[in-house]
Amino acid sequence: MRHTISVIVENKPGVLHRVSGLFSRRGFNIESLAVGTTDKPNVSRMTIVVEGDEQTLEQIIKQLYKQIDVLRVFDLPHAESFERELALIKVHANEKTRPEITQIAEICSARIVDVADDSLMIEISAEKEKVENIQKLLDKFGIQELVRTGKIALQRGSNS
Amino acid sequence: MEITGAQALIESLKKEGVEVIFGYPGGTVLPIYDVLYNEKAIRHILTRHEQGAAHAADGYARVTGKVGVCLATSGPGATNLTTGIATAYMDSIPLVAITGQVPTALIGRDSFQEADVTGITQPITKHNYLVKTAEDIPRVIKEAFHIARSGRPGPVVVDIAKDAQVKKFKFKYPDKIDLPGYKPTLKGHPRQIKAAAKMISLSKRPVIYAGGGILSANAAKELLAFAEKLNIPVTTTMMGLGAFPDTHSLALHMLGMHGTAYANYAVQECDLLIAVGARFDDRVTGHLPTFAPKAKHIHIDIDPAEIGKNVRADVPIVGDAKQTLKDLLEKVKSAGGTEKGKHEAWLKQIEEWKNKYPLTYKKEKSLKPQYIVEMINEITKGRAIICTEVGQNQMWAAQYFKYDNPRSFVSSGGLGTMGYGFPAAIGAQIGRPDAIVFDIAGDGSIQMNMQEMTTAVNNKLPIKIVVLNNCFLGMVRQWQELLYDKRYSATNLCNNPDLVKVARAYGAEAMRITKPEEVKKALLEALKIKDRPVLLDFVVHKEENVFPFVPPGQAINEMLID
Ligand SMILES: Cc1ncc(C[n+]2csc(CCOP(=O)(O)OP(=O)(O)O)c2C)c(N)n1
Repeated sequence: MRHTISVIVENKPGVLHRVSGLFSRRGFNIESLAVGTTDKPNVSRMTIVVEGDEQTLEQIIKQLYKQIDVLRVFDLPHAESFERELALIKVHANEKTRPEITQIAEICSARIVDVADDSLMIEISAEKEKVENIQKLLDKFGIQELVRTGKIALQRGSNS
Repeated sequence: MEITGAQALIESLKKEGVEVIFGYPGGTVLPIYDVLYNEKAIRHILTRHEQGAAHAADGYARVTGKVGVCLATSGPGATNLTTGIATAYMDSIPLVAITGQVPTALIGRDSFQEADVTGITQPITKHNYLVKTAEDIPRVIKEAFHIARSGRPGPVVVDIAKDAQVKKFKFKYPDKIDLPGYKPTLKGHPRQIKAAAKMISLSKRPVIYAGGGILSANAAKELLAFAEKLNIPVTTTMMGLGAFPDTHSLALHMLGMHGTAYANYAVQECDLLIAVGARFDDRVTGHLPTFAPKAKHIHIDIDPAEIGKNVRADVPIVGDAKQTLKDLLEKVKSAGGTEKGKHEAWLKQIEEWKNKYPLTYKKEKSLKPQYIVEMINEITKGRAIICTEVGQNQMWAAQYFKYDNPRSFVSSGGLGTMGYGFPAAIGAQIGRPDAIVFDIAGDGSIQMNMQEMTTAVNNKLPIKIVVLNNCFLGMVRQWQELLYDKRYSATNLCNNPDLVKVARAYGAEAMRITKPEEVKKALLEALKIKDRPVLLDFVVHKEENVFPFVPPGQAINEMLID
């Protein structure tokens, strides 16, 4: 099972190392990890996607709580969360293919953010599946470079 | 008044009640050593290796219950501490390790004697700090001691850049701690306690499985009251030795790989296992799926992450062992679950196992290591602090001495660190000058921190070092005998130095004993020596094995008895 967990941490030196080190030494698999500041300057939020059964998830959460700099940990249920990933895709383009690529971007609610003679750069912010979908659609034109952030997520409504 | 960071450090340590520091100087801790030079309230013990300092601080912590403190310089000084820090971490021992770091301007440039100490020690500490400004020192020390000693205890490293030690500032020791992410749960949840009480009342064949958590929580009295009132037999882990009196009729002694047959049988047959401050280590459980197969589990631990880590608990209780045992006993009592005569049939069954499968060894003409431990028990009447090294010596020390008192068995359980026992004995003797302190050692292990003999001699510590000299890395040899077709690869120590001469060269007393009839006399002689260490080189039966022995990966009732 894939889980998305939110880890609220104090913004202390080494905190990222503590959290990522914990995952590797306990044999938990991180699929993606995104870190950034929150509305409070001394607090950061990590969004971590992990693979594991319920028991593993429980251990992960408990082990995270043992870290002194970890303030809160919660498992974000897929159905109740708003999830996003950002990708930048530089795809090979020429006069012939440009319209088709532009159309794909449009259909996928992506944006063209840079145009060059032989390429287009596309930005998409969406759920993982959609990011993967556009990637697949663009593949045949020749993807030159691609970068994806890890997933970030927030629980919907008022209780997170 | 303004003082330097180094002075602030020492003032902070005094505020925390520190009386002893075990350490070794070097370039980046010169400012701290300069303050120690005329410090009266804190005694500094100079070891001969930083590993010795870490283990000594750990041994001191184990016997006194206070936080042990060690100090080392940056780079190699700090890396030499790491085995000691990891040892303390695995056994949940409160330790504050202070290291010097290169000046902040040099950090990150591969400077002379620079090592990433917070990075290196991150997986082996409860928490660690890199201090770059003098003003942070008081707060960090306050937090470090709080973290080390509260909740599930453990080591904390404080790495202090040299310039922070030198800078002057206005010192004030904080009176409050602000750690929003650290709030150990001490009191068990009433609903869980109620559920556990019910389970206990219904149980016909309960066993208490007590670990080192009883000792760190100072809960031996509560455990005794609990077991006696409810008439429940108690087995302890090796880390839990001393948590329940070995001479008590409800004692099942140690369980697991080298546990007693009756403890292992009782666990395999029980219908309720009450784990308190224990973590279901593989040396205890053997083959996990077959461990305590008929039992429901109540698991009491201060560390929530221990519950459900290896074994699923039917009733998990997060809380301090002392408080929780008290609360739980009250609850069972009020539910009327304490009639005398309870579990009569079960206790009778256990009695039968005890009679049928006692802990024993073949008594032969040759000098048997088990006999030596028995004699130590006899002449000290069980009142001694027994430190051990690792290997067969450790297991015989665990099996054949009768531990009736908490904090009387000092041994590296989780990490299994050879070379731990002797420096730990130094810390133990300094923490308990009144006590008789032994280090039960193997001829392999004792050579791993032999240099500390100087520390023991210089400080006039009357430690008794009992070397069970089998000319082998005995425990490894035992595995090779039983599991590798007697192929004794790299375990023969026949080219050992003469340990008696070595000890004497250090200025210690030393004797060699080769016959069983000399044992008692030698030990009595050793007890008379009060002003220096004595090494007793017992030339024992070479290929003696530790039994019972549960081969790795087997169920704990599938043990080899001899
Ligand atoms: C630092 C360290 N290195 C290696 C080991 C592996 N090991 C476990 S027991 C043992 C043999 C110990 O031999 P000795 O000290 O002579 O004790 P004996 O078993 O003979 O009583 C070894 C090498 C260890 N536990 N610790």
